[in-house]
Amino acid sequence: MIDASLATLAAALAAKQVSSLELTQAFLARIAALNGTFNAFVTVATEQALAEARAADARIAAGESGPLLGVPIAHKDIFCTQGLPTTCGSKMLANFVSPYDAHVVTQLRRAGAVMLGKCNMDEFAMGSSNETSFFGPVRNPWRQAAVPGGSSGGSAAAVAARMVPAATGTDTGGSIRQPAAFSGISGLKPTYGVCSRYGMVAFASSLDQAGPMARSAEDLATLLGAMAGFDPRDSTSLERPTENYARHFGQSLSGLRIGLPREYFSEGVDPAVASAVREAVRWFESQGARTIEVTLPNTQLSVPCYYVLAPAEASSNLSRFDGVRYGHRARQYDDLAAMYANSRAEGFGAEVKRRILIGTYVLSQGYYDAYYLQAQKLRRLVANDFAQAFTQCDLILGPTAPSTAFDLGSKNGDPVQMYLNDIFTIAVNLAGLPGMSIPCGFDTRGLPIGLQIIGNYFAESQMLAAAHAYQQATDWHQRTPTEVAL
Amino acid sequence: MALDLEQIRRVARLARITVNEAEARASAEQLNGVMDLIAQMQAVDTTGIAPMSHALDVVQRLRADVVSETDQRSAYQAIAPAVEAGLYLVPKVIE
Repeated sequence: MIDASLATLAAALAAKQVSSLELTQAFLARIAALNGTFNAFVTVATEQALAEARAADARIAAGESGPLLGVPIAHKDIFCTQGLPTTCGSKMLANFVSPYDAHVVTQLRRAGAVMLGKCNMDEFAMGSSNETSFFGPVRNPWRQAAVPGGSSGGSAAAVAARMVPAATGTDTGGSIRQPAAFSGISGLKPTYGVCSRYGMVAFASSLDQAGPMARSAEDLATLLGAMAGFDPRDSTSLERPTENYARHFGQSLSGLRIGLPREYFSEGVDPAVASAVREAVRWFESQGARTIEVTLPNTQLSVPCYYVLAPAEASSNLSRFDGVRYGHRARQYDDLAAMYANSRAEGFGAEVKRRILIGTYVLSQGYYDAYYLQAQKLRRLVANDFAQAFTQCDLILGPTAPSTAFDLGSKNGDPVQMYLNDIFTIAVNLAGLPGMSIPCGFDTRGLPIGLQIIGNYFAESQMLAAAHAYQQATDWHQRTPTEVAL
Repeated sequence: MALDLEQIRRVARLARITVNEAEARASAEQLNGVMDLIAQMQAVDTTGIAPMSHALDVVQRLRADVVSETDQRSAYQAIAPAVEAGLYLVPKVIE
């Protein structure tokens, strides 16, 4: 059961072959056994999870059924969960207890999912390795010396190590897709506005988007179905009819037009990654898909563009942490200004401070046009690149990241090297498009490789159908991490 | 352009983050590395390009002008660092 898909778990629960309480206890036992090594969970909500499991069992006994009823899940610790800590990986919120549930949390709760706990993450979702967490780094289940990716590194490692069947994540510049790739799982960032941001700690509001992380495309479709939906409490939530994200499963891939961006197959990509991605592309061709070379000429520039816009929005969003209403307050200060400044100096870690300083600088008087406005214009060019490419193709395929998981401590001394790791994911957020990563092979050290699938706006079901077809024919997504016994 | 120590101190003041001399020096190199990365943008001619502030071209939604929120003061103040009589306490601002 530890290794089963959500569909299998739901069927076993409905058939009363297993109770939600038994499942929940089994996964809690795995967390107890493995979390000391991997540090994927910041909070394990044992008592609450057992109570939720009993409630789910009562609903099942009353004849209710549903794809997530009684199924254990976990949330990235960026989502507010009423009565439980929401730390966002920061000392600033180490003692913060959420006064309400995030919309995504409410949706999954209503669906009957049992929440086992909150997953570790880079501080305020700023990082690509999970090394900026105040609660320590997460280790990769495929190689303990390696990072799991970030910022949703705890969610990725927890799913990979079978500590939980599925988890939520958020993606501002690749934070679902890159850890999914590094940890050998599947992850999807929906079109901007599909999942409500209400109750999700804000990093860069015009880019932040919640999404599912699980073992397969089929499981992602199930989770996204529960997470998505209009919420008036998020002013950018989209009013769209609910979708069955699995509705295209089983359709032929014949005639599908796959765009291969020249820039995603350039020399900067690790040879093992390039070869695994090309192999996956060949499989799609063997199913009748047509490949077309496309070009996204502003790919390189999307990195500097992002590292102006995201820090600018972050510097504004994180101004709310002032030690007055919630969060860390310094012990020593002479006046109000010092209380703010000391609380923020103590509460934020180095990477968060760096981004706030950059964001403050690019928005400051005299620099706004040169940096912020220029970045917004580049953002338009990046979005135009995709619009042009999608006149020629239905989906874009490429690597999720230029390399496999790197070792802990190998990049965190040089922020620019760390930022360049996001080169293939960032542009998708700037344009607001949906993107996903699924496993497509391993490098010579046995580390997983991610295939990125990018779709046009609202093409999630089409992307998931292509990913599902690939996963029906391959078993990369079913491999078990070498550092974890089942 | 490179950020000197005085600019770093100024930005830190604007951002309300206490930065001591050693921290300012230590962060200068990394901040300037990031600023060098950002400077790549300047090579692009963006004349006539409309700035894109948001992912989707949607119009801000308006809600009906009716009360939708209930009083949550005690719940929100339960997690505040210092409160008294329903008020958030901060150091004296006006002498």
